[in-house]
Amino acid sequence: MKKKGKDKEAIVYATCAIASFFVFWWFITTFTAASKTTPGPWPVVQLLVRSFSEPIGKYTIVGHLMVSLRRVAVGFGVATLLGVIVGIAMGTSDWARAIIKPIFELLRPIPPIAWIPLVILFFGIGELPKYVITGIGAFTNVTLNAYTAAQNVDPELIGAAKMLGTDERGIFFRIILPSCTPQIFAGMQVALSTSWMAVLAAEMVGAQEGCGWMILRGNDTLNITLVMVGMIVVGVVGLLLATIMRKLEGRLCAWNRMDS
Amino acid sequence: MEQNGQLTPIISMKDVGKIYYSEHNSNEVVKDVSLDVQENEFVVLFGPGQCGKTTLLNLIAGLQLPTSGEVIVDNKKVTAPGPDRGVVYQRTALFPFCTVMGNVEFGPKSQGMDKKSRREKAQYFIDLVGLTGFENQFPNRLSGGMRQRVGIARAYANDPKVMLMDEPFGHLDAQTRYMMEAELEKIWQKEKRTCVFVTNNSEEAVYLADRIIILTNTPTHIREEVEVKLPRPRRYSDPEFLKIRRQIEDICESTL
Repeated sequence: MKKKGKDKEAIVYATCAIASFFVFWWFITTFTAASKTTPGPWPVVQLLVRSFSEPIGKYTIVGHLMVSLRRVAVGFGVATLLGVIVGIAMGTSDWARAIIKPIFELLRPIPPIAWIPLVILFFGIGELPKYVITGIGAFTNVTLNAYTAAQNVDPELIGAAKMLGTDERGIFFRIILPSCTPQIFAGMQVALSTSWMAVLAAEMVGAQEGCGWMILRGNDTLNITLVMVGMIVVGVVGLLLATIMRKLEGRLCAWNRMDS
Repeated sequence: MEQNGQLTPIISMKDVGKIYYSEHNSNEVVKDVSLDVQENEFVVLFGPGQCGKTTLLNLIAGLQLPTSGEVIVDNKKVTAPGPDRGVVYQRTALFPFCTVMGNVEFGPKSQGMDKKSRREKAQYFIDLVGLTGFENQFPNRLSGGMRQRVGIARAYANDPKVMLMDEPFGHLDAQTRYMMEAELEKIWQKEKRTCVFVTNNSEEAVYLADRIIILTNTPTHIREEVEVKLPRPRRYSDPEFLKIRRQIEDICESTL
């Protein structure tokens, strides 16, 4: 009961906050010097609605969104898989850690965007470089989380599994991997946001479609309304992706919840 | 287990010693322990706080190996952890990501038992420890006493030759502790196994044991053995009970 009331309260606050944001936006684009350069909320919403039926460049807005989402799905998916493998290898095997960790630590601080020139040089301007750049964004976070998680698996649980006659394979798949899932998921949440940001950057270089391209196109044609439509779509979809990840985690890691 | 008219012990420790070596010094934790445990006997290892009781138990389990002497369980030398020895842990060591059922069937599953028979078996032991209806709960939703029941069921479900219990009720409040002691006694009467039970609580020791092994402080060795021949279930306030309790406490004090 109490929780429901709180949820309701949160929705009211959120609505008020977003409404006042729009009012503020309307205010500065109507009564200040910004009105000369920046469109107000109304034309942006109009264009947003129109872009569902009228194509911008090759596709409608839904088409662009699908292209961007596919790139994230591939890059993020492959990177997560690799990240879990590399991270757990580093966390459980001394020699894997000795070999991989120095390289990893060196490459880790380089943001995905900094990779763009090299990636284009190696992979051209097709789809593959976009996957690689979104992948780089996800890989670091997942690897790092899988690594710490694998290092902190309770040794007593491993001992208990051994006493029950579990072999090495079973200990990996039935103890180490599930022990690591909550932290891997935490890493995946951050990784998905990073991937989403990275795909936009990748689409601003040598692409003819995608949400990032839309924003760039608006910039190139001095169509600030289009830029803002792109930004809104990016924001809303990013929020949705984060929410989906959270729900998924709640499902798969129910055992880890502390509340009663 | 008759052999030449003599009983062969199921657990046999022969001059077992354990020394921890670090870079600059060594620390002797267990010294010359020789102990035989007969089949279906309930043996309590009783000793002061930080003595090597747990180490001694881990040596039987195979989670640690002795630096001298040997441990034999069921005619085989212990060299590694194995499913013929079931362990119940003080901190339960339940798998938090498995349900009650998942925990109890973990051992049988590791032995490659098919789903139907291992479910049946796990269900039998879940019922035995009184957790019917909680099969699909995760451990973090259970009380301390219930978690330890899962721990006991999990160890039993693997059909171990011996049960090793490391202060299983040490973290429970007094009320739950009495209840669990009575419960364990009942379970053990129904499903007799050889039990080695570690505790530092003299009341618990006298309540459960056929034989109490009183240990000294580190390096741990056997100070004295006391047999408890009171009929079960025992009463904590029975004068005979209190007399044995006094006896083992006196032995302990003279050791310190």
